Amino acid sequence: MEGPLAVLVGVFFIASIYLMMSRSLIRLLLGVALFGNAVNLLIFASGRLVREVPPIIAQGAYAPEGITANPLPQALILTAIVISFSFFAFLLVLVYRAYQDLGNDNNSALRMAEPENTPKPVVGY
Amino acid sequence: MIIAVFAGFISALFAPIIVKKTGNLAAYLLALVPLTLFVYFTGFIFTVDDGATYNFYYDWASDKFKLTFYLDGLSLIFALLISGIGTFVIIYAGGYLKGHQNVGRFIGFLLAFMGSMLGLVLADNIMTLFVFWEMTSITSFMLIGFDNHRTASRRSAIQALVVTGLGGLSLLAGLFVLAHMGYTQTGAPIYELSTFLNADISIIDHDFYWVALILILGGAFTKSAQVPFHFWLPNAMEAPTPVSAYLHSATMVKAGVYLLMRLQPVMGGHELWMTILPLFGAATLITGTLLAVRQKDLKLMLAYTTVASLGLLVLLIGTSYKAAILGAIAYLVAHSLFKGCLFMVAGAIDHEAGTRDITKLGGLRKLMPWTFAAACLAAISMAGIIPAIGFLAKEEMYAGLLGYGNMALLGAVIIGNAFMMVVGVAIAIKPFLGKEVKAAKAVNLIHEAPISLLAGPIVLAVLGILSGLLCSYCFGDKFLNPAAMAVYGKEFTFAWKLWHGFKTPLFLSLLTIALGLLIFWKIDLVRNILSKVFSEKRWGPDKGFDQFISGLVRFSFKITTKIQNGEMRRYLAVSFAIVAFAMAYPLIDNGVVPEFPDFSVLTFYELAVLAIAFVGVVLVVRAKTRLDAILSLGAQGFAVALIFMLFGAPDLSFTQFMIETLSVVILALVLTRLTLNKGDHRGLRDNIIDLSIATVIGVSLMVALLAVTQMPFNNELSAFFAEYSKPIAHGRNIVNVIIVDYRGMDTFGEIAVVFAAGVSILALIRLKSWKIRSDQYDDEDLL
Repeated sequence: MEGPLAVLVGVFFIASIYLMMSRSLIRLLLGVALFGNAVNLLIFASGRLVREVPPIIAQGAYAPEGITANPLPQALILTAIVISFSFFAFLLVLVYRAYQDLGNDNNSALRMAEPENTPKPVVGY
Repeated sequence: MIIAVFAGFISALFAPIIVKKTGNLAAYLLALVPLTLFVYFTGFIFTVDDGATYNFYYDWASDKFKLTFYLDGLSLIFALLISGIGTFVIIYAGGYLKGHQNVGRFIGFLLAFMGSMLGLVLADNIMTLFVFWEMTSITSFMLIGFDNHRTASRRSAIQALVVTGLGGLSLLAGLFVLAHMGYTQTGAPIYELSTFLNADISIIDHDFYWVALILILGGAFTKSAQVPFHFWLPNAMEAPTPVSAYLHSATMVKAGVYLLMRLQPVMGGHELWMTILPLFGAATLITGTLLAVRQKDLKLMLAYTTVASLGLLVLLIGTSYKAAILGAIAYLVAHSLFKGCLFMVAGAIDHEAGTRDITKLGGLRKLMPWTFAAACLAAISMAGIIPAIGFLAKEEMYAGLLGYGNMALLGAVIIGNAFMMVVGVAIAIKPFLGKEVKAAKAVNLIHEAPISLLAGPIVLAVLGILSGLLCSYCFGDKFLNPAAMAVYGKEFTFAWKLWHGFKTPLFLSLLTIALGLLIFWKIDLVRNILSKVFSEKRWGPDKGFDQFISGLVRFSFKITTKIQNGEMRRYLAVSFAIVAFAMAYPLIDNGVVPEFPDFSVLTFYELAVLAIAFVGVVLVVRAKTRLDAILSLGAQGFAVALIFMLFGAPDLSFTQFMIETLSVVILALVLTRLTLNKGDHRGLRDNIIDLSIATVIGVSLMVALLAVTQMPFNNELSAFFAEYSKPIAHGRNIVNVIIVDYRGMDTFGEIAVVFAAGVSILALIRLKSWKIRSDQYDDEDLL
């Protein structure tokens, strides 16, 4: 059952990494959004899949009856979703501000820290 | 013992303060530190001469790397030389740099160096040894570069640091191979040198012997300036004279020799040892002496003879022959005494007459009689004339080499000694006899050196003669023999005698002296010939070093500008390419081939959801307009939420729906203010590279995930949570229990991250654009 999901995870990663290497800051942002989902699905699938039975203990019982979905990856992903959302939101605002200052969304223009034509190093003592 | 080793470092810290408070008296006060150490170490003489050894243990980094010290005859002789000469050098430094603004710093460095050197010769643990070894390199760097406003100083300092530092790395590797060889012998790696020495562990037949030997020699030869690494030592003469006298003649450069002596019982006697060491030693001896005679600068002449002397010592150790080792020990002491003295004499002449050029000096004997006397006595020792200890050393090394039976080595040593005698005599006689000076300074301004500059040379020179005279009484027995036994590795008795009668070594000595006098007679001629042969302008290791360093700088600049060209795309591409390699290589290397995924197990609606996600992802990549991008991003997000729903994760599904909705809304809000360029910026070439990197990562992760999920699953952790969720944490929703209870701190951290992101976003939005702000400021300026 995990097999088809694994293929989808592969596609998610290809798409997100391809987008992240784009020169367009907005596409980079879209790549980051996809990347979060890709990682979440990866964790989800590696914890094995069980159909439609959430890991919840019945009223009055002390342990789940029968096989339930794996609770551990779910807990991890729950944290990850929230973190990746705040990261995404932060990046979004950052891109917005960069766009305001630069006038376009080409990340080659982000050169303030490393200006072009760095002077050659001095050879000597 | 630990106090003795660290006394140098501690007093180094206080040196600047003491100098500030007490002025010219400070050097005498600070010289008390090495003097006390000297007295402390003298106390060991009377037990060590019976073959006693001392081990000192202090816990340090781990149980493997203890701070351990070992004291036997060899360590003792070095410790005495270091602290004894150190005393006079510090007094001398106080006089030499009188009035210099950084005297405190200088003496501090000297004391720190003394501490490192003591630690080095007393170290037992190989890690302790290495740490102190490197510290001598660093303090030497500081001292050579003391005149840091001069380019030549800086260059020499860097050169010394690079050469000895590289050697240090080689030594570190070699010492670990050595420790490992102990492992194959005893079943545990041996980190203490004394274990090797006392347990009689033979590593000579070990397969890795040659590896250890070459690596350790890499350290010893760079430190002790053997050819072809000799060039840094004469350049180190840029340092103030006390440094040259102390580090670059008497002590630090002997660290390599010390190491070889220390390891002689462990590694000596092997064919490689007895080939490499004499070969390099002889080459260094001859090169050093020839280069020395060429020089006109007193300090450079001495520096090159130091190179030669170090070669001589290495040569003698390389024989692993008893009498030669005795000669080496005697020569070690003799050299430290006469070379330290002559350097101080050279410094005193420079200080008083204002020049060190031997061709410009002359007639100083009346003006500086005490200096002249010290120089003469030292030269007697250097030339190996009876009754100085130098004579003793020379007799013994000739006897040793005769017994060893290698006439080529003997010849090399005779020629080397003759040339060294020439230099010694030239330095003792030329500046003092003959016509008056033609130096820059007027004659009437030249006067005798002050007591601080005289104390060292006179004491060392007198000691050089006394130790020769007293050799058969106490000096040989108490002092030289224990050290020689430590180097030889076996106990023996040997009676030192100044006069052996008319035997071959004596005739060889006479031959050396005759040869030396002959060369001295024609010194100007020899110097001219040699300076033509060894022209400064020719390519040599020294020039090679410059090319190496500038090449390194250019190379790293090219690499840096290539990889870090300032474009974010390039950084991401390089990072992802490395990830791609790290992901794909293990899979290929292990030949992981998972089964092809079975799509038929899924129901039609599950397949439909997967298809929606797939289409959504593809559309995000191909999006041409803002609306396309927002919609397709939303589609894949909701599809992911549905996947969570279908496979028993309602909590995830719920959160994903909320977050995805929120994302789309915010994205829509922001994107209305931006324009999305229709096409991507990248060209075909970039497209292919990016796509292949992304594909490699994606496919590797897919393959890895397939392979992992096809293996049996360890459910232990999840089963634990399922079992204890209700009884312990009183919660029925296991996922919630994990989040708020078992991993409560993580969740707290998560909330903190969200909070920080929120604050940052707020700050970014509230902050006005730089452009707008600068426009405003311009307006204000106009007003």
